[in-house]
Amino acid sequence: MSVSFALARSAGRRVLWFLFVGSLIVFMIGPIVWLGLRAFSGLWLYPQLLPKQWTVNGWRQVFNDPNLSHSMKLSFEFAPVVTVASAAICLPAAYAFSRYKFPGRRFLLISLFAVNAFPKIGLYISMAGVFYSLNLMATFLGVVIVQLIGTIVFMTWIPAAAFSAIPRSLEEAARDVGAGPLRVFFRVTFPLAAPAIFVAMILSFLASFDEAQGTFLVGVPKYITMPTEMYTLVLNYPEQVAAVFALLLAVPSVLLMALVRKHVMGGKLAEGFQLR
Amino acid sequence: MSTERRLDGAQQRAEAPASPAPERTDVGLQIEHVSKDLGGRTIVDDMQLEVKAGELTCLLGPSGCGKTTTLRMIGGFLIPDRGRVLIGGNDVTKMSPDKRPTAMVFQNYALWPHMTVFKNVAFGLRLRKLPRQEVSDRVAQVLELVGLTHHVHSYPARISGGEQQRVALARALVLEPKVLLLDEPLSNLDAKLRVRVREDIREIQQRIGITTVFVTHDQDEALSISDRIAVMSGGNVEQYADARSLYREPETTFVASFVGAMNSYEATVVPGGLELPGKLVVPCDDLSATGDGTFEAGVRPEDVHVSLNGDGAPADVVREVPRGHYKEIVLNAGPNEVRAFVSADLPPAEHVRISFTRALLYRDGVLQRSSAPVSV
Ligand SMILES: Nc1ncnc2c1ncn2[C@@H]1O[C@H](COP(=O)(O)OP(=O)(O)OP(=O)(O)O)[C@@H](O)[C@H]1O
Ligand SMILES: [Mg+2]
Repeated sequence: MSVSFALARSAGRRVLWFLFVGSLIVFMIGPIVWLGLRAFSGLWLYPQLLPKQWTVNGWRQVFNDPNLSHSMKLSFEFAPVVTVASAAICLPAAYAFSRYKFPGRRFLLISLFAVNAFPKIGLYISMAGVFYSLNLMATFLGVVIVQLIGTIVFMTWIPAAAFSAIPRSLEEAARDVGAGPLRVFFRVTFPLAAPAIFVAMILSFLASFDEAQGTFLVGVPKYITMPTEMYTLVLNYPEQVAAVFALLLAVPSVLLMALVRKHVMGGKLAEGFQLR
Repeated sequence: MSTERRLDGAQQRAEAPASPAPERTDVGLQIEHVSKDLGGRTIVDDMQLEVKAGELTCLLGPSGCGKTTTLRMIGGFLIPDRGRVLIGGNDVTKMSPDKRPTAMVFQNYALWPHMTVFKNVAFGLRLRKLPRQEVSDRVAQVLELVGLTHHVHSYPARISGGEQQRVALARALVLEPKVLLLDEPLSNLDAKLRVRVREDIREIQQRIGITTVFVTHDQDEALSISDRIAVMSGGNVEQYADARSLYREPETTFVASFVGAMNSYEATVVPGGLELPGKLVVPCDDLSATGDGTFEAGVRPEDVHVSLNGDGAPADVVREVPRGHYKEIVLNAGPNEVRAFVSADLPPAEHVRISFTRALLYRDGVLQRSSAPVSV
C-alpha cells in the first residue's frame, strides 16, 4: 500500500519535473527554432503548425540587398573601435575605483548605473542636441560616442571587481623587486584581471554591435549599421527577411559567447590562478 | 655580481673582520625617530632602532603594536611622517620600494599566480635586462640555497605552503638586497613545519650574512632565531636586546609579562627577603634593587626554589603539571599564587617551603637596579 503510494508520488514528481524542463526548453529554444523555421518558410498561415512551403527567398533577398554588405562592414568597424575606446577610457577608471579612495567615488559608481536606469532614447535625444552644436551628427566619432555609453557599465564594473580581487601585496611584491607602477600594471595586475577584462570587452563588443536606437539617431543617413538596417528591413520586407537578418545578427553573439565559455569559464585562463 | 660571489663575500665577512669601505659597513639599518599616523592615530611613535650589518632582528609584540607598519616603512611601502630610515648609512626615507635595496617576504607570500616558480624568481632579474644565461644561473643558485630543486616550472598554486614560502624567500634573495624583511613569514605553516622553516631561514641568513628584520608575535620564534629582539608596544620599542638579556633582565613589566612566564607581586624589601601580601616573607638571594617602599616584584618560575622541608616561606601545593623533563607546580603562599618550575624528580607533597633565587623589582613599570646593568 505505502509502496505503491510512494511510487505514485515519485511518478508524480517525475511528471512535474518533465513539465518544468519542457517548458524551460520551449521558452529558451522555442523562439530560436521559430526564427529558424521562419527564415526558410514560404507561406505560413495561422492554424498550420509547420509552414507548407520551404524557400530560401528570404536569404536571397537579404543577400541581394545592396545595403547589407555595407552595413555589415560598418558594424564590424564600429564594434572593435568602440570596444577598444571603451577599454582605454574605462580600464583606468576601473583601476582607480578599485584601488583608490577619492571624493565622489561612490557617487560616480552609482551614476554609472544611472545611465542605464532610465530609457536610453531620452538620453540619446538630449545628446543629439549637443551633437548638432558640435557637428557630430552623422559622423563616425558621433556614432562611436553614442555607442560607448552602453558599454561603460560593463567596462568599468567587471574589471573593477577583478582588480579588487587581486591582493595588493601581489603588486607590492612587484614594486619590491624593481618594477615601476606601469610595469606592475602590465605584468601583474593586467594579466591577473585579463579573464574578466576579456569578458567585459566581449560584452562591450556585443553591446556596440547590437546598439540600434542611438546609432540610428546619430548615424543616419551616413552610418547604417546592421541593427539599424534591420529597422528598414522589418518595415519594408516580408517577415522572413527580418528572421534571416535576426539570425545573421545573432551569429557574432553566439560565436563570442562560445569563446567566452571555452576560454574563461572552461578554466583555461583560470588554471593555476588560485593560491591555496 | 653572481650569487656565488656574493655568498663567498658573505662568508669572508663572517670570518675576517670587516675591511674598510666607503660606507659604514657595521650599520645595516637605522630607524631614527620615525613616526607614522594612520587613520588619525599615531601608529608608530618616535621609534628608534639600529640593526647591525648581518644581524637578524625580530620585531616582537602584540597584535596592533605597529610591527607591520614599521616593516612597511623600511620597505618603502609607507613613507614616515617624521624621522629617517637609513640603510648602510644612506637616507632612503622617501625612496620608493623599487629603488630601495630591501626585499620583502610577504605574510601570504604574494607569489604571482600566473608565473611559474622560475618566472617568479627571475622577474626582478629580467627587469634588470640581464643576459638569459645569467638569469637562469642565478635563479638556479638561489633556489638551491633555499632548498627548492623540484617544481621549478610549476605554478605556485601547485606546490605546498612550505615550498611557496621558499619561493618567496628565493625571490627576495635573488636580487641580493642589503636588507631582508619578513612579515610573519611562518604564520601560514603548520606547527612542525614552522620550527623547521624558521631554522632554515636562520641558517640561510647567517650563511649569506644579510641584515634581516623579522616580524613575529610568537616569542618562541623570536627567542630562537634572533641576534636581537625589539619588543614593541604601542608603536614604540620597549626593549631591544638579545634573547638572554630580554629574558633575564626585562626592562619593563610589559616585557617581563610578554616574554616568558612571570610571577608578579606587590612586594616590600625587608632584611633577608621580600615581603609579599599577607605579611609573607619569602627569602630571596638576589634582588635587582634595594630600597624602601613597595615594588612590583617579578619572579621567573624557574627562580622559585621549592623544598620539602628547610628554610623558606610555607606554601600549599594546588596542582602539579608534568612538562616532561621538569614539572610546573602551582602553589598558594598565603593569598599569593606562585608558579614554579621544578625538577621532575621532586616527590609530590602537599606542604612545601619556597624561596626565590632571583627577583626583579619594578617601580612605575620600569626595572630598578642597584648597580649598572650587566653588559652583554
Ligand atoms: N591604513 C591604515 N589606516 C588606519 N589604521 C591602520 C592602517 N594600517 C594599520 N592601521 C592600524 O595600525 C595599527 C597597527 O597596525 P600594524 O599592522 O602595524 O600592527 P601589527 O603589529 O603588525 O599587528 P599584527 O600582529 O596584528 O599584524 C592597527 O591598530 C591597525 O588597525
Ligand atoms: Mg602585522
